[in-house]
Amino acid sequence: MWLNVVWFILFVFIIAGYLIMDGFDLGVGILHPFVARNDEERRVSLNSIGPVWDGNEVWLVLGGGALFAAFPIVYAALFSGLYLAMMLVLLVLILRTVAIEFRSKRSSPRWRTFWDWVFFGSSLGIALLLGIAFGNILEGLPIDADGFVHARLNDLLTPYALLVGVTTVFMLATHGAIYLSMKASGELLARVKRWVLRLMLIFFVLNTLVVGMTAYLREAVSTRYWSHPWLAILPATALLAATLAWVMVRREHDFIAFLLSSIMIASLLASAAVGLYPNLLISSLDPRYNLTIFNAASQPNTLTVMLVMAFIGMPFVLLYTIGVYYVFRGRVKLEPGGY
Amino acid sequence: MDPLTLSRIQFGLTVSFHFIYPPLSIGLGILLVLMGIQYIRTRDAKWRRLSFFWVKIYGLIFAMGVATGIVQEFAFGTNWPIYSRFVGNVFGSLLAAEGIFAFFLEGGFLGLMLFGGNRLGPRLWLLATFLVALGAHFSAFWIVMANSWMQTPAGYVLQETQFGLQAFMTDFASVVFTPSFIPRILHTFVASWMTGSALVLSVGAWFLLRKRHEELGKSMIRLALPVFVVFSIFQVIFFGARQAENVTIHQPVKLAAMEGIWNDVACAPMTVVGWLDVANQKTYGIQIPCLLSFLAHGDFNATVQGLNSFPREMWPPLQITFQSYHAMVNLGLVFIGIGLLATFFYFWGQRLWTNRLVLSLLVLSVFLAVASSIIGWWVAEFGRQPWIVWGLLRTEEAGSPVLQTHQVLLSNIMFVLVYAILFVLFIYLLNEKIQKGPEPLEEMEERPVQTLPDTFREIFRRRARA
Repeated sequence: MWLNVVWFILFVFIIAGYLIMDGFDLGVGILHPFVARNDEERRVSLNSIGPVWDGNEVWLVLGGGALFAAFPIVYAALFSGLYLAMMLVLLVLILRTVAIEFRSKRSSPRWRTFWDWVFFGSSLGIALLLGIAFGNILEGLPIDADGFVHARLNDLLTPYALLVGVTTVFMLATHGAIYLSMKASGELLARVKRWVLRLMLIFFVLNTLVVGMTAYLREAVSTRYWSHPWLAILPATALLAATLAWVMVRREHDFIAFLLSSIMIASLLASAAVGLYPNLLISSLDPRYNLTIFNAASQPNTLTVMLVMAFIGMPFVLLYTIGVYYVFRGRVKLEPGGY
Repeated sequence: MDPLTLSRIQFGLTVSFHFIYPPLSIGLGILLVLMGIQYIRTRDAKWRRLSFFWVKIYGLIFAMGVATGIVQEFAFGTNWPIYSRFVGNVFGSLLAAEGIFAFFLEGGFLGLMLFGGNRLGPRLWLLATFLVALGAHFSAFWIVMANSWMQTPAGYVLQETQFGLQAFMTDFASVVFTPSFIPRILHTFVASWMTGSALVLSVGAWFLLRKRHEELGKSMIRLALPVFVVFSIFQVIFFGARQAENVTIHQPVKLAAMEGIWNDVACAPMTVVGWLDVANQKTYGIQIPCLLSFLAHGDFNATVQGLNSFPREMWPPLQITFQSYHAMVNLGLVFIGIGLLATFFYFWGQRLWTNRLVLSLLVLSVFLAVASSIIGWWVAEFGRQPWIVWGLLRTEEAGSPVLQTHQVLLSNIMFVLVYAILFVLFIYLLNEKIQKGPEPLEEMEERPVQTLPDTFREIFRRRARA
């Protein structure tokens, strides 16, 4: 049983990894048409994430694999149940991958502008769609006794889910803006700086709304907080990290601000995860049909093997990540080999 | 059409399209490592120029592989949830392992390989390239392992659960080393190395035909031709043959379909090209007597089981399995022919550089190599039908109970449109890169920003200075 809990924590860790790591490059994608005014500034924006975005996206792939292996019933229910939404996610993932690669292969301004907007649209799309999906998970899905989701695409577009989607967009845009503050220079940097604080404010308002609505409307998620008030330490950490990030941005300690923004994202996700626990998917039809970390999980044998693999693999992952970011540290200088 | 058939079409189309790219990137990765080694060994600037050129092409191929590969990762959940539940314990963990062990390595170091040429010294750049290539190989390793489990499942126990029948893992080592895994992964690696070297050969030959970058073209051919020749020979006489032997033992009905053997027969012939008359249970074509018995059992008089020894509901689709198999084998022979011909003309007073016919064949080789990689997978996958997991779960029972026809139809249209557009753009950009050729080195190294030590000696020297 403890294995199931460990895998729940690991799964949340992987999703947090995705939101933090790929989150900032999605954010840069959402932001760059607004802050970068000419081709050179766009290239600086894209090259700031160029060497790392691909590795970052692996967190999503790993999340899919881990869900499949550890909680196959949820993997089967979630992606088949949100079929068309998932197809849209795949579409924007494909477009984003090729947009950044294709863009700088030709020098024609129209070609570049076209792919810039594709990159913007797909980055925005991923953040929005994943946010909406997460909103639906918090809201509960029509899961039947057979463990499958019986929903249509427009069932998913509730006001609450849309709000979570938009909030996610602003969260990642803010995160990306803080990252770009570390990487950009000159006029681009000045523009990014102006955007960071604005974005933080908008995100703060939206997120407060989401938290309030979740606390009062999403009982399945918020009950644990009423019975164990000390758990409020998690959302409180998020609030503290957000406040400190604001201070650090103003004092131009961009790296610390980026770390704080990462902590904020992780603690927001953890707050939601603690509320969901031990459910992974809540059934809106009947609580008996909830898919939990116990009834939807793989056998202890598989979970043990996977845990061993995670312990062997994760240190390497951290090592590569640190190595790559070290090589590409500092502000972006355009090079002929880049995007 | 029902959602199931549409889902089968979708998986077949998307996975075939995806499979254009991984063999190219696995094989090209090895060639890039060889180029890096050549540069360090000879310090000849042409290798560095070639590395910069091919790294860019690698980036393009890799992007297409990632874009189309991510679809496959989620396709099991979207279209095959009953399958996902059934195999999650086993198959899911292999996919997760691919993420941890392969994709992070590949994705992490890709940035260093694509953009590190100026930032890293040649040794560290080579290391990054090597790690990307290693990651690409790991990725094939885990995914072929997962697929081999679908072909010859082992190390599991079946249990009826609240959510239907599920396969639970009993022994991880048996899951990893299913009986078909080693022959299949070797066959796949060798095919990828052939495909990657064919790409380099093809571009090199094109430069020579067009009389541009001729010296670089020659270097590319000198580097890639031995790889291509050696592996194409071994592929047919060793790796491919072992694979056929393995199919005989573990999937005899698949072998019968591949060869169009209807009844149990001693001294079974091997067909070179042919046609199955399914209604009358006849196989027409040019046949070599007794060869199949030898390949399958190592004995010219051995008996090969025919299709009629198995119940009809266990037969794979016959014509396509038969034709893909023969196309693959014949292409394998064509590669040996092209390779040996080119080698012959190379040693015959370097006539290869001017022989337009042989050069044109080399240009063609990459298209044939990609085609035969895909067709080879068709043999494996069509031949596995009607099972999705051999002997345990039928494909028609593995689909989604919640999927509606219009949903799959819509997504199929989306995939066809998007993939068609991407393919056109990919070919266009690839062609443009190749036509432009390797850029002069000065342009690439305009602003060298070497910030890291490249050798151990340098590390110590820097430390001593500090």
